[in-house]
Amino acid sequence: MAVETFHTLIARNKRNTWLLIVLFGMVFVGLGMLIGTAWIGDRRGGMGLAVIAGTVALVLTLASYYGGGAVLLGLSRARRIVKSDDPQLFNVVEELCLAGGLPMPQIYLIDDTAMNAFATGRDPRHATVAITTGLRTRLTRDELTGVIAHELSHVRHYDILFATLIAVMVGVLVMLCDVFLRSRWWGGSRRDSRDRGSQGGAVILVVVAIVLAIITPILAKIIQMAISRQREYLADAGAVELTRNPDGLAHALAKLSDDPEVLEVANRATAPLYIVHPIKKTEERSASIFDTHPPIKDRIARLMSLTT
Amino acid sequence: MSPAIVLPENFGLLVVCIVVILAAAWVAATYNVMVRLRQQCGESWSGVETELRRRYDLIPNLVEMVRGYAQHEREVLQQVIEARSRAVASTGTPQSQAKDENALIGSLRRLFALSENYPDLKASANFLALQKELSNTEDRIQAARRFYNANVRDLNTRIEVFPSNLIAQVFKFTAREFFEIEEAGSGAAPKVAL
Repeated sequence: MAVETFHTLIARNKRNTWLLIVLFGMVFVGLGMLIGTAWIGDRRGGMGLAVIAGTVALVLTLASYYGGGAVLLGLSRARRIVKSDDPQLFNVVEELCLAGGLPMPQIYLIDDTAMNAFATGRDPRHATVAITTGLRTRLTRDELTGVIAHELSHVRHYDILFATLIAVMVGVLVMLCDVFLRSRWWGGSRRDSRDRGSQGGAVILVVVAIVLAIITPILAKIIQMAISRQREYLADAGAVELTRNPDGLAHALAKLSDDPEVLEVANRATAPLYIVHPIKKTEERSASIFDTHPPIKDRIARLMSLTT
Repeated sequence: MSPAIVLPENFGLLVVCIVVILAAAWVAATYNVMVRLRQQCGESWSGVETELRRRYDLIPNLVEMVRGYAQHEREVLQQVIEARSRAVASTGTPQSQAKDENALIGSLRRLFALSENYPDLKASANFLALQKELSNTEDRIQAARRFYNANVRDLNTRIEVFPSNLIAQVFKFTAREFFEIEEAGSGAAPKVAL
């Protein structure tokens, strides 16, 4: 029932995306209300900030839906290439698109000797695959085909939609919480000196707000990581469906895991998008709850079990 | 005495209605899935034909080029031309088409084997470019074939497994043939890493 699992996969990603958007909005409105109440000091301030936060959340959601891919590509300092720049790479991508019935994605190159790749966009028609120059030059054609097939599987499964939204939204959320945590200390002390005493009830809210502001990003992070591990296995399997050659991707993963280089343009928000974790050094790549990627040894073992 | 659960007057009728509605919904959903799968098979088959056509279009150039260097190899060239026109004309089932394709691949292999005897031909930049193009086309044919076969597998599975096989029988969905052709890799188009 390959078709069933494939379509449930897409359906699940779309549902998760909606869930994420709703959750994101709720967290924003909730935080806005708490922070507003704590900051301005009454319920009206809370409501006011909640409305503003809700609007901001809506705008951010739309912006990350339509422009998330472009933002992530910009952050990664990737530049677009065309077929004449690298005919072999384009041949590989075209062949795999034929095998998966996908439209041709845009291809971006990241000038970095570290070996890595990611895919972004919102659906197969608006998809981008970005690879580093290190990956391009140090892999054989079969290995490159495996990596591109892995990325195209992310496109095919609509992983890119969810991963792009989560990267942009969580990034923004973490940033806003940082801003709040810092400004609280200064703004708070200034106001305390102005009207000390009337703050009794607000103190609890302040504490709650701070706790929330600390916990939210952590929670968001855990969700983000837990979800993306399963995706990597599924994209590996999908890659084999496209290439019928588990060895290519397995060899590529082995090479990637031996590469000690850190990808400078990657950060915590964009890390889950990459085919292998771009920041962690080889020896640190062990399994834990905070991992965005499954251990590469495990992925290779699963791939090799597919060869008959 | 605990009070017995009071059933509505026409409870039985209600149950029957619900069952019928659910069954109808299932039939409709299954039917739609199968229509979609059949559509995908048709679409991906035209994908295969597009890529096959790419190869047909390259062959006349190849024949002309070889003729320029090896005029007296008329027989092999004629075989290639004939195999090509048979493959172009072939519009039967995937299996009969695969037979014509394999014949074409065989004749191409002979052509490339023959080109070994003509160093000038082998060294010509145009010939190399054409070889590359053929090799690339071969990859594309195989990719399109994989996509088609994956869709056929999904459709055929649906048609054969219970309970959707009942729907398939009622609405006359028939299993499709896989498209299996030889990989031209070894001779017809020398493997060039593209």
